[in-house]
Amino acid sequence: MAHAFLLLVRRDLRIALRRRGDVLNVLVFFLVAASLFALGVGPSPELLRAMGAGVVWVAALLAAMLSLPRMFAADLAEGTLEQMLIAPQPLGVLVAAKIASHWLLTGLPLALVAPLIGLQYQLPADALAVLLAGLLIGTPVLSVLGAAGAALTLGARGASVLLGLLLLPLYVPVLVFGAGAVLAAQSGIDAGAQLALLGAFLAVSCVVGPLAACAALKIALD
Amino acid sequence: MSWGGLNEFLAMGGYGLYVWGSYGMAVICIVVEILLVKEKK
Amino acid sequence: MIFSYAAPQAFYPVAGRMVPWFAWLAAILAAGGLYVGFFVAPTDATQGESYRIIFIHVPAAWMSMFLYLVMAGWAALGLILNTRLSGMMASAIAPTGAMFTFLALWTGSLWGKPTWGTYWVWDARLTSELVLLFLYLGFIALKAAIPDPQRADRAGAVLALLGAVNVPIIYFSVVWWSTLHQGASVSLTRSPTMAATMLTGMVLMALAAWMYSIAVTLLRLRAIIRSREGDAEWIRISAGK
Repeated sequence: MAHAFLLLVRRDLRIALRRRGDVLNVLVFFLVAASLFALGVGPSPELLRAMGAGVVWVAALLAAMLSLPRMFAADLAEGTLEQMLIAPQPLGVLVAAKIASHWLLTGLPLALVAPLIGLQYQLPADALAVLLAGLLIGTPVLSVLGAAGAALTLGARGASVLLGLLLLPLYVPVLVFGAGAVLAAQSGIDAGAQLALLGAFLAVSCVVGPLAACAALKIALD
Repeated sequence: MSWGGLNEFLAMGGYGLYVWGSYGMAVICIVVEILLVKEKK
Repeated sequence: MIFSYAAPQAFYPVAGRMVPWFAWLAAILAAGGLYVGFFVAPTDATQGESYRIIFIHVPAAWMSMFLYLVMAGWAALGLILNTRLSGMMASAIAPTGAMFTFLALWTGSLWGKPTWGTYWVWDARLTSELVLLFLYLGFIALKAAIPDPQRADRAGAVLALLGAVNVPIIYFSVVWWSTLHQGASVSLTRSPTMAATMLTGMVLMALAAWMYSIAVTLLRLRAIIRSREGDAEWIRISAGK
């Protein structure tokens, strides 16, 4: 099972690296969206510092959602998705592999780039550290729940916009605790509780998300 | 609870707009919903 | 015996006979609730007459949450038992649930203006009602976007259950968020002096809303059954029922 998992992850990574544009698109969108907020409200440092946590997190959420429709669509078109469903390995393992490669290609780069954007918003160093930590815990949630959303909207009309409508309410806890952690760090309060809650939500999502994704894939390919 | 006449009832102690705006919207929602369901003949 | 009604064909006339009963119950309970709310319950000490919005706001909010759970319940039933009627029930409930959520937001906003001075307050209740509205709209949108009705029902069911599992977590996070940013804020409806008459009025209106929901849902269910089983012989025969 671990072998199949690693094989699938490595395959997805190889395909993605051949089309590096897709990965970069997500990062560029992240940068552009975050900059738009600053352009919208003006350069006042106090205002930016107050907004920064929320802006960076929202921009990261939106950017992470960009690449979700592609998670299963390409495999569906090539017929490999049907093969995954009849493969001897449990579907859950294969879905976990898709989630892992999505995170490695989307969530992880977003998390690593975020501190740079945090600097644009005048966030101090310890807040930046909490921002990075929070995103490292939070972006996997986006991939896990995103897999469920992507599976549900497979082949549906207007899938990408619909995906946003479906997933954004479910992302609310990630946003609240992630941005809340950074705000806590900015006010000198310990952000540990928020990060712990974020971790707890990650744990719950890791059970619920893949279950929903597997059920949705079976429904889509019936 | 006794109201000193229809005018006082409609005025709702100055909050008439908010109170009747709320119940009015409720009536609109219910009527629209029933109409929409009935038209699906 | 109940399972014999699991076929849409069998339940269709039953639903039709039930609608008038629930409609009348709704009307009577609403009349009672409004009477208590406007002619029995006294003026509030702090909020004056504006608090009377509570008799529509709180029942709407309760129904919005209750209907989501019922919808998710039918969805789960459909996934487990693979009955067509369950998926149709979930589809029938959703628009009414969304309507009550919107009404809760609208009335909450109009209540907030005289109470807090603004039309929108980011308190825990209103904000989580807003997220609930997004959940309802997402459910309706997903069903509308999938052409095959059976597949749409099952996909919608997965989404409804995913939402149901997350709703407590979302609510908790919104409560945390609102206390973080507003300190110890008093909820719109947490009135320290809730006279018994006020509670009676709220409960009567809530029951009225519940009966209304059942009536409208059954009507909508019949419409859904008609549209899906449209070509079947029995539809044309029972067109009068």
